[in-house]
Amino acid sequence: MAGGAPARAALRLRLARFRSWSALQLEIPAGASVALTGPNGAGKTNLLEALSLLAPGRGLRGASPEEFARRPERAGWAVEVLWRAPEIEADSAELRVGADSEGRRVARLDGREVGRSALGAPARLVWLTPALDRLFLESPGDRRRFWDRLTLAFVPEHGERALAYERAMRERNRLLEEASPDSRWLGALEEEMARAGTALSLARVETLRRLSAAAEEASEDFPAARLSLTGLPEEALAEGFAPEEAEAAFRRRLAEGRPRDAAARRALIGPHRMDLEAVYAAKETPAALCSTGEQKALLVGMILAHARALAEFDDAPPVLLLDEISAHFDAGRRAALFQALADLGAQVWMTGAEARLFESAPPETLRLTVRETLEGSVLEGA
Amino acid sequence: MDSSRRPNSGPNAASPMGPELARLIELLARLPGLGPRSARRAALHLAKRREALLAPLAEAMALAAEKIRPCSICGHIDTAEICSICADPQRDDGALCVVEDSADLWAIERMGAFQGRYHVLGGCLSALDGVGPEELRIPQLLARAAEAKPREVVLALNATVDGRATAHYLAEAFADLGIRTSVLAQGVPMGGELEHLDEGTIAAAFMARRGL
Repeated sequence: MAGGAPARAALRLRLARFRSWSALQLEIPAGASVALTGPNGAGKTNLLEALSLLAPGRGLRGASPEEFARRPERAGWAVEVLWRAPEIEADSAELRVGADSEGRRVARLDGREVGRSALGAPARLVWLTPALDRLFLESPGDRRRFWDRLTLAFVPEHGERALAYERAMRERNRLLEEASPDSRWLGALEEEMARAGTALSLARVETLRRLSAAAEEASEDFPAARLSLTGLPEEALAEGFAPEEAEAAFRRRLAEGRPRDAAARRALIGPHRMDLEAVYAAKETPAALCSTGEQKALLVGMILAHARALAEFDDAPPVLLLDEISAHFDAGRRAALFQALADLGAQVWMTGAEARLFESAPPETLRLTVRETLEGSVLEGA
Repeated sequence: MDSSRRPNSGPNAASPMGPELARLIELLARLPGLGPRSARRAALHLAKRREALLAPLAEAMALAAEKIRPCSICGHIDTAEICSICADPQRDDGALCVVEDSADLWAIERMGAFQGRYHVLGGCLSALDGVGPEELRIPQLLARAAEAKPREVVLALNATVDGRATAHYLAEAFADLGIRTSVLAQGVPMGGELEHLDEGTIAAAFMARRGL
């Protein structure tokens, strides 16, 4: 792929009244990658966030929709992207998300109103923000959400299954509060927890397999992380037990654990307790004990493996949004990152405080400076 | 009709309609699928067709209010002590189909291929909503099946978490009675292409595969 124009890319970006941007029109020649520099608060991340809203969900900040409209106008907002993707028959199409002045969200594909999920197939995006820098130090819940987001890219039903599992679990928790709960009813709910929970775990383990396979192909200079998923039924599935066996074992463990779960007032085992463990392979050191720079490199390595696995899955790499990507890297690791991105053949949108951070990026990279003015953020060509 | 257009509108302005019409609109607005706006439209429509529609509708509703009751055997909504399906001697006593609601019964009857009897639960188990076996017609169902000993009980419940948990619950209860149960197949939709199905649906379809 290296050298050719990326098969999936934003070719033109237009913003209207989106956060700090009053208006923007940007053409990206042949889908080149984009490096945005400028002082803190100038509006660089807002531009990446605008692109991230083409994908299902709440974008790379996880923001609520009322935050998007530029103040003080609050007159609705729009993100419009001429997007090239193999899923689009005519090569490229105009994808648009936005809200009118009453806050009603609208998604359009070539001017036609569509459900937001219709944009998800062509708008494959992978992002990394500084909010994830502390991933290995934060709670298991943060790592679980991170892993589920990676999994959702391969299995669109993953979110729905998580809801079904949680519903059955909450029903069981409620029943266990009773003095003498109906054992047959508990069994029925445990059956549902085991079914939905094993499907959830299976998808997560499959993501691990995809990422590990993609990481093995990589030759870049990033410290490789050895990843594993802890918890039941993930461990059983990773050890090669058949899904039926893992499901039956999980159901049995739930039935046996009723007194313990009743005392704790929650289920103590299950995919809602999964955690992601990462070990810096070369040093045999848990990620949480590595240096800040090493942790960031492990994270970038995972995101690159995810992008590579998606490229395999979709026959075209996703577009990458890398916010403050090289902040913790020395010159050598920065060069290795740009090489790995070039090998992937993806369009990449990057931000950084200073232009020198992108000195070793490919020459065709579109280098732009973002500045804040009284009229909002503006772009200047480097 | 729209009070905001009247010059004297406000909390103290006179109502633009008499209490009878206001009451009709208020009640219509409680129907599923109707809001205040469509209720006003429906009321106006009825008012304009007083003889042709409003009076016959009122009569039909009064009669229905007097006659409608759940069937004492199966719980289906009908107008007799024993519903028309339970009273039909042509129906097969050996097959019993369990549904959540009368609307599900009507859906299966529209298909026209099931000739057995029904049992309407009146919902499904939900600990979070405080609906247990006693709140549904489950004790009646088990008593009925223990007596009639059908060959097969079809659990035609919704594929929601609660619907499936209710099916598991009933399957086990019937196993204790030595009665065979089945659930509706899940999998490839009519006209569906495998390539576009998720693994969960394909797995369900695979497990429910059958000989041709």
